[in-house]
Amino acid sequence: MKRRSFMALAAAPVVAPLLTSCSGNANQMEVFTWWTGPGEGEGLAELEKLFAAAKPDVEFVNAAIAGGSGDQAKAALAARLQASDPPDSFQGHAGEELADYIDSGVIEDLSGLYESEGWNSVMHPGLLENLTKDGKLYAVPVNIHRANLLWYNPSILEENRLEVPQTWSQLIEQNEVLSEQGIATLSIASAWTQLHLLETVLLGELGAEAYNGLWDGTVGWQTGEVIAALETYTAVLEVSNLSEAAADWQPQLDRLMDGTAAYAVMGDWAYSYLATNQGKVYNVDYSVAETPGSVGVFDYLSDAFTLPVGAKNRENAEAWLTVCASIEGQDAFNTKKGSLPARTDTDQSLYTDYLAWNLGQWLDSSTVVVGSLAHGAVARPGWATEIQTALGVFVQNGDAVAFADAVALAYQNTKS
Amino acid sequence: MVRQPRTTGDEKTATTPGQRQHRPRTVNRRAGRRRARWRKTWPALLLVSPSLILVGIFVYGFLGWNLRVSVTSWQGFAPVYDFVGIDNYIALMNDPIWWRDVRHVLIFTLVFVIGALAVGFLLALLMEKGVRGENFFRSVFLFPMAISFIATAIIWRSLLDNGTGENTAGINQLFAYIGLDALHSDWHKSDSTWAISAIALPAGWALSGYIMALFLAGMRGVPDELREAARVDGAGEGRVFWHVVRPMLWPTTMAAVVLLAHISLKTFDLMFAIDQRSPRIETPALYMYHSVFPGSFYARGATIATMLVIGIAVLIIPYIWYTMRSERRP
Repeated sequence: MKRRSFMALAAAPVVAPLLTSCSGNANQMEVFTWWTGPGEGEGLAELEKLFAAAKPDVEFVNAAIAGGSGDQAKAALAARLQASDPPDSFQGHAGEELADYIDSGVIEDLSGLYESEGWNSVMHPGLLENLTKDGKLYAVPVNIHRANLLWYNPSILEENRLEVPQTWSQLIEQNEVLSEQGIATLSIASAWTQLHLLETVLLGELGAEAYNGLWDGTVGWQTGEVIAALETYTAVLEVSNLSEAAADWQPQLDRLMDGTAAYAVMGDWAYSYLATNQGKVYNVDYSVAETPGSVGVFDYLSDAFTLPVGAKNRENAEAWLTVCASIEGQDAFNTKKGSLPARTDTDQSLYTDYLAWNLGQWLDSSTVVVGSLAHGAVARPGWATEIQTALGVFVQNGDAVAFADAVALAYQNTKS
Repeated sequence: MVRQPRTTGDEKTATTPGQRQHRPRTVNRRAGRRRARWRKTWPALLLVSPSLILVGIFVYGFLGWNLRVSVTSWQGFAPVYDFVGIDNYIALMNDPIWWRDVRHVLIFTLVFVIGALAVGFLLALLMEKGVRGENFFRSVFLFPMAISFIATAIIWRSLLDNGTGENTAGINQLFAYIGLDALHSDWHKSDSTWAISAIALPAGWALSGYIMALFLAGMRGVPDELREAARVDGAGEGRVFWHVVRPMLWPTTMAAVVLLAHISLKTFDLMFAIDQRSPRIETPALYMYHSVFPGSFYARGATIATMLVIGIAVLIIPYIWYTMRSERRP
């Protein structure tokens, strides 16, 4: 008798999870994200509230896994998808980052939902063009971030009588004045920020059309123009504080604020960091412009939600996607996260300061929309990984031709 | 529990083999002995079987699966179980990134093992001489090991900052305070190919206390009689240490080296948290991780993992062989 109860006790930890996982198929909606940080976590909570109002009888399960840019989350997600145990909806960067999922058929084509909900006419046309793959749409974007931004400390520019550079060579020239003052011209941080810088230099030097061509294979990496642009990148790095690179993007921006560096290239999550975390004032403590040579171009990245094949609560997942795409959903989420709505018909008065300037450009029909390399919009995960690895070598040895060769080879090896 | 009376079979095994050969054996007795042995072993077998099964699946099963993946062309999200022979191994041997990372891990191992051994040994020597508040110091030196490598890395990331001028921080700032600006170092961000040896600082900080404990135990294990005898023979303290204590510390040193070296070969979290994706401090373990996540180069990742297993086995197997042989010796 005693022994039997002991056995039961010993078996409990093994059996209990099995029982709960069997009974856990009630009316649920499991959303998988990497949004746990300030701003993004609150934005997700807003969406959850709206979902609860639309579907009061459904239990919302927040399956978030922490970690910036979602590397850990993606690893966990891969395991779940390979085991055919998908969440009801998961977050991904819209664009080529989803290509592997699409090719292996683990996420559904949402063109029908776009059609029935009328999203084709309300989502940003430039964005839709970027997201469409073989005439199909696989994800619903909730927000838009911009990557081609040059943040600067206006008082440093004023003191040294400098203008915001319009080309990368102008920025390099300013180093003469700035280095005399002991100020680094460009602040830089860890490896991914160097990749982020690379894409903005390529965009500025090659123009939007050739930049797009790099990703769809119509512009060769080993051509003279690209090599020249890569050499400009090396020259830009030379006027940066690369040898004393900051540990991450927040300390990278801190150097602007404490006046030891003049410029930093960073996406617009810098805005919520500077304005909310650091309490800095727009156009007083910090200011922003397009990265040199990219005026009129919007280098986007977007967080989007998908519908995995075999989702347990398909109907709820569609309701969730509808909330994500709604005007209320987009406004509630983006005002918290400090990003822009993917829709063009939301309440513009909610977006102030930097966001108002950025929204104006986003909605301007003459703005050209291109996708971000460092944030998953234009290169498949395999290719992007190889580019990052090759870039590490390139930053060290400055061999532009070898880098171009490596990137071109990796493209051949990883395309579907 | 009632104690079982010992069987005749057991009594027989207690006799020497030589005597046993002359005794007449019956089939019956042999079967009885086997049954008795079985009765003795099955409960033990039953008790260890859960861990045997789990180790079988989760260690050897997955090693086998990893080996299987390493001979496929699996790149991308969906598993591909084809067979490409040793193509991935050949590609890895021609991959400059792999060799760069191998070089890094060898440098790291060299600096870390020698450094941690030297510091640990020195600390143990000082302790052994008798310090006031020994317990306190022993705990202080051991504490860093209780901190996870990730937390250690995050602390040391700021300590190993290489900013200059107003951005001076961490150890460099400490140098500046005491007027030793000349010691300013770029640490792991240095252009030197030996930059990774800076990572041996946090690693050594974390583990030299443990090595101290190992050596201290080893030193305390040397019987006082032996030292006394040497002293009676007129040996000074230095010679006592050299001729009596040192030879007896040999097994401890071997164990410490193997322990440190295998930790060093698989260190991942330190480099990962100190400077993610920095090509200066990337090791094969990190290359494996970055190949698989998020690049989905599963086959390449599995190939690197296999090479790492082989590398560690080359180190561990001779040690296990050596200890098993020396334990079997009377």
